[in-house]
Amino acid sequence: MALQSLDILRRSATTTPPPGVRKGVEVAKLIDVSACIGCKACQVACSEWNDIRAEVGSCVGVYDNPTDLSAQAWTVMRFAEHEEKDRLEWLIRKDGCMHCADPGCLKSCPSPGAIIQYANGIVDFHQENCIGCGYCVTGCPFNVPRISKEDSKAYKCSLCSDRVAVGQEPACVKTCPTGAIQFGSKEDMKDYAAERVADLKRRGYDQAGLYDPQGVGGTHVMYVLHHADRPELYSGLPANPSISPLVSLWKGFAKPLATLALAGVALGSLFHYVTKGPNEVSKEIEDEIEAEDKEETK
Amino acid sequence: MIRDPKDLKRYNASERANHWVVGISFILLALSGLAFFHPAFFPLTQLFGGPVWARILHPYIGVLMALAFLVIFLRFSHLNRITAADKAWLAKAKNMVDGNDHDMPEQGKYNGGQKVMFWALAMCMLLMALSGVAIWRAWFGFDITLVRLGAVVHAAAGAVMIALIMVHVYAAIWVKGTIRAMWYGTVTRAWARQHHRGWYRQMTGK
Repeated sequence: MALQSLDILRRSATTTPPPGVRKGVEVAKLIDVSACIGCKACQVACSEWNDIRAEVGSCVGVYDNPTDLSAQAWTVMRFAEHEEKDRLEWLIRKDGCMHCADPGCLKSCPSPGAIIQYANGIVDFHQENCIGCGYCVTGCPFNVPRISKEDSKAYKCSLCSDRVAVGQEPACVKTCPTGAIQFGSKEDMKDYAAERVADLKRRGYDQAGLYDPQGVGGTHVMYVLHHADRPELYSGLPANPSISPLVSLWKGFAKPLATLALAGVALGSLFHYVTKGPNEVSKEIEDEIEAEDKEETK
Repeated sequence: MIRDPKDLKRYNASERANHWVVGISFILLALSGLAFFHPAFFPLTQLFGGPVWARILHPYIGVLMALAFLVIFLRFSHLNRITAADKAWLAKAKNMVDGNDHDMPEQGKYNGGQKVMFWALAMCMLLMALSGVAIWRAWFGFDITLVRLGAVVHAAAGAVMIALIMVHVYAAIWVKGTIRAMWYGTVTRAWARQHHRGWYRQMTGK
């Protein structure tokens, strides 16, 4: 049998069920922000494993480097300085695709098979089917996908779907020296997070908690935050992310409605013609004009 | 083809060419646009050399259509001012659709329905052009909320425009003797007297 995936949950721009007889365990990556030291080993591991190199930039006065996600940088550390009870807190968040259970990118994508959601929860871009329209960027509630300036294809973290498929953890998880990035079944990760949250609460972070936003059906990349009540502190992590109502209208309701309406107009026209008949120039008027012409030639 | 020299000139060659530039670009835009709108239409991208080419070409064809439409708009907007006679015609439009056009109010070069079509298409064209720029990522990068709004407006105005053009095309097929006005520019006097009596008087002095 050919090498192929039989564990596909959803496929972009596809209205029939994708091959999905194989049901895997739902996986998740847990990023414990409270245990991150900002070493960027995860960025390097990502770059190494996926064999992509972001352009060397210049120092902009903060640790962020590269300063943003790009087609060659699928994960970046975002450093935020926050003062809490007269203490400086360095909130370092590893940004990248959240692998939403309800992915706005996949919902928006017009190209069949350019975005795949596996049964294990990974949302993967298949660039060979990508047409470069950028609708995934429009649909994403986390501002993650980036269109390459060179090939106009969309790129983002794949959660190392190639490694996970053969039973390995993502490259960033493998390399993290402090254990701030964990990987396993979503259930296990939630249990582990609960322990971390309890520990943080004991240490005075009353609002510590797990970031697994339900507005997008939960995510397969989750954060343990010291201030789970204020996720915006972490370089603008959205408090209640969800697919924009504009995107839902555009790619939900409007699609079948407009298609039916257009079919209705086309068929309505046809049946109008066959029931009412064509609107011909009347014989009377033609005769009138002919008579007038005869009158003039006399 | 020999035609009656007494036929009435409705459109000159430049107006006809202008119309068909808009028409051809509209057809190409509708086919490629539908492909991006609903997966059922995605195979239409093959007409453009594949989906990536369809994505690349669509906005440029859109610019062509918007410019050609603007010229049509400037040429014909003064003929499409809606008058009391047009409102009276529109009030009786149902009779016309039912196939009984004997007691419709006298109309000039364009009837009320055509004028409503003109303004509706102009409004759609404006929305399509503005929202199209908002979502054209090859050249522009607007704020995400504006891009999302642009995507909704582009899809909605596009669907309305396709429906309006279907009606426009059907009306031309339904009312016999109409299409030739856009092929070689003339209509018969009988056609004009039946459908646009005011314009017929103006042209013939009768």
